Amino acid sequence: MTVAYHRRPVIWDIDYNAPAGKLVAIVGPNGAGKSTLIGAALDLVPKASGRVRFFGEKYSSVRARVGYVPQRESVDWDFPVSAIDVVAMGVYRQIGWFWPVGKKHLQIAMDALDRVGMADYAKRQISQLSGGQQQRVFLARALAQDADMYLMDEPFVGVDAATERAIVDILHELRGQGKTALVVHHDLQTVTEYFDDVVLLNMRLVASGPVETVFTADNLRKTYGGKLQLLDQVGHRMTIDEGH
Amino acid sequence: MSCPAVAYLSTLWTQLSRTMLVVVVYCSLTFSSSCVWGQAHDHGADGQRHKPTQGSLARSSFKLPTGEELVNVLLLRDYNTRVVTFGTILLGITAGLIGVFMLLRKRSLVGDVVSHSALPGIAMAYLIAESVGQSGRSLPVLMIGATIAGFLGVVCTVGIRRYTRVKEDAALALVLSVFFGFGVALFTLIQSLPTGNSAGLNHFIYGNTATMIASDVYVIVIASVVVWISGFFLFKEFKLLCFDQRFAASQGWPVTALDLLLMALVVAVTVIGMQSVGLLLVVAMLIIPAAAARFWSDRLERVALLACALGGLASYFGVILSALFPNLAAGAVIVLTGTAFFVISLLFGWRRGMLQRIWMQMRVRYRVQQHHLLRAVYEVLELVQIESIAEQDESSLIELKQAVSLGQLKQHRAWSKSELARSIHYARRDDLVVDIGSDPNVVRLTKTGRAAARRVVRNHRMWELYLINFADIAPSHVDRDADLIEHVLEPEMIEQLEEIMEQASATMRVPPSPHDVTTEPPNSEGPQ
Repeated sequence: MTVAYHRRPVIWDIDYNAPAGKLVAIVGPNGAGKSTLIGAALDLVPKASGRVRFFGEKYSSVRARVGYVPQRESVDWDFPVSAIDVVAMGVYRQIGWFWPVGKKHLQIAMDALDRVGMADYAKRQISQLSGGQQQRVFLARALAQDADMYLMDEPFVGVDAATERAIVDILHELRGQGKTALVVHHDLQTVTEYFDDVVLLNMRLVASGPVETVFTADNLRKTYGGKLQLLDQVGHRMTIDEGH
Repeated sequence: MSCPAVAYLSTLWTQLSRTMLVVVVYCSLTFSSSCVWGQAHDHGADGQRHKPTQGSLARSSFKLPTGEELVNVLLLRDYNTRVVTFGTILLGITAGLIGVFMLLRKRSLVGDVVSHSALPGIAMAYLIAESVGQSGRSLPVLMIGATIAGFLGVVCTVGIRRYTRVKEDAALALVLSVFFGFGVALFTLIQSLPTGNSAGLNHFIYGNTATMIASDVYVIVIASVVVWISGFFLFKEFKLLCFDQRFAASQGWPVTALDLLLMALVVAVTVIGMQSVGLLLVVAMLIIPAAAARFWSDRLERVALLACALGGLASYFGVILSALFPNLAAGAVIVLTGTAFFVISLLFGWRRGMLQRIWMQMRVRYRVQQHHLLRAVYEVLELVQIESIAEQDESSLIELKQAVSLGQLKQHRAWSKSELARSIHYARRDDLVVDIGSDPNVVRLTKTGRAAARRVVRNHRMWELYLINFADIAPSHVDRDADLIEHVLEPEMIEQLEEIMEQASATMRVPPSPHDVTTEPPNSEGPQ
């Protein structure tokens, strides 16, 4: 698959098969096309070439089985809705055209909020939530959809420890149910701890596979290139750790 | 004192900047256009239907309506007034509803683009109709022209934004001014034609509510019903579109179609509204009620209903006032009334109005001061009693019934004399401290004050312990950090803290301070 903005390709020749029932981190430097990859997979960004299949089918025919958690910054949190309203948006497709949100669907939304530990905040206007709480609301919206596969765009950015814990718990819960999650992740320190598989991306696919074999200092250096001095240090520390 | 005020103003500014932008742009457009059009308007005024002839200032001075006129207008006894009032109120309600979606979609200026782009469409429709021998002043013909051109304007804006690298604001400015300029050129051309029967066209620029007739109202009714039905049945779809377009698209909602529908509704309302309030003011009818309603509620359903109500009310007052004072143009009065609603909402709106914000700010400041006072009293007493307690059981409580002098308190914390005095004044009022005898410089905690002091100190110290144990903050710095954060701790956070601390140590009494209370003026760095 190749995606281009204004004729300048952003990601090239990505050929990747996500293993079912695993937690996969998508890792790469800024501008590596992580979000674009997800956007292209979900038909939000036009592809220059290539194709994406979910469960062997086109995305448009299996939408209900794919949940999407956009970046928190992508919306205006000053919008006059409450947390429960936002979560209910995850079941709008189930409700269908023209019908308002009924009791049954409100309950689904409430349960999803409860799963991320936000049931007490259901009636709060979303601007009165902290960044982490907002992120959990977004996660709950995807959970309410009860999909088989989840695509999450930077869910761990700018969240507090409690939220990070809650998201990790949910991820493990999802894996327990045999579901798959592709998560754009920026924190290299926690990749090994949270995820099974990793995709290293820098405009091209650098490497992909189980964390133990793929998430190596060598591959990381290839991904980030000379861009980050810090990374050499991290990689260095990791080799030392491996030496133990 | 100045710090919260500055912070407050800056938040307010961010909140308001978008609304302000709309108001400023629209004011400047009104101003510049009135300069350009002032002359043309004077020429065209003769042909208008009910308009009194304009004269010098002296002749057109305000005349107060008689009691009978007042009754007649208020009870809508006159057929014409009834028609105009009904039509305009309907228009106000409909514009208010669609305006809410425009505002939330961050498309406040689209109404302006539509109305300005419609101008060349009106002129073209007139020229074409005249050239085929029809009357160029036929309203349906003009409105069709306006609708087509208005829609074209919006399509141009969207196209420019999507397919070129010109940003949205530039695209808006470009389309708006180019179309309007073209319209102005055509209008001057029309006015120089020998047929010259072009006076009705000016209604679209300044609006002429008073000339509304029953057939105009039918058009408004039809458009309103369409808008209401779409708004009602597609409420959740529009809400999703406005809030998170990307997510909506990922879920398979036809985002482009929904967006086009919303635009079509805006074009319809704008073109109809132009006829009664004029192309310069119609954007105000769309946006002002919505912006005002936002100050009163955090729920979209209520904001929408309120915007409808405010839009309808503004229209009602506008029409009534201009019926009572025939020299006042209804369109302008409608907008001014709406603006008055906006200012009232801005000040008094109980969700995000200015007074509500100032009030919240004051309450937080007051609570922080009170906490500081209570903790200071506690710590002063603790210092006095610390030796005797050390000999006894470790878990025994500090006796808080003893008196404390202002001098001791003044020394304990880095606060000014007036700050301390004010804190004590409020604490006295709230029955947290009482004077002892006639000496105003010695106070003692009341029963509620003692309970509050224990709670405040406990929260503070728990937070300090948490910071030392879990956040790796040096004990010498922890007091200040805790000071900053503890006042915003929510009850559930305190529960969490208690849980953590309970695991860490069994005692749930006020723990002893984890750092030396004596040597540390709060703002110094302390030895490392």
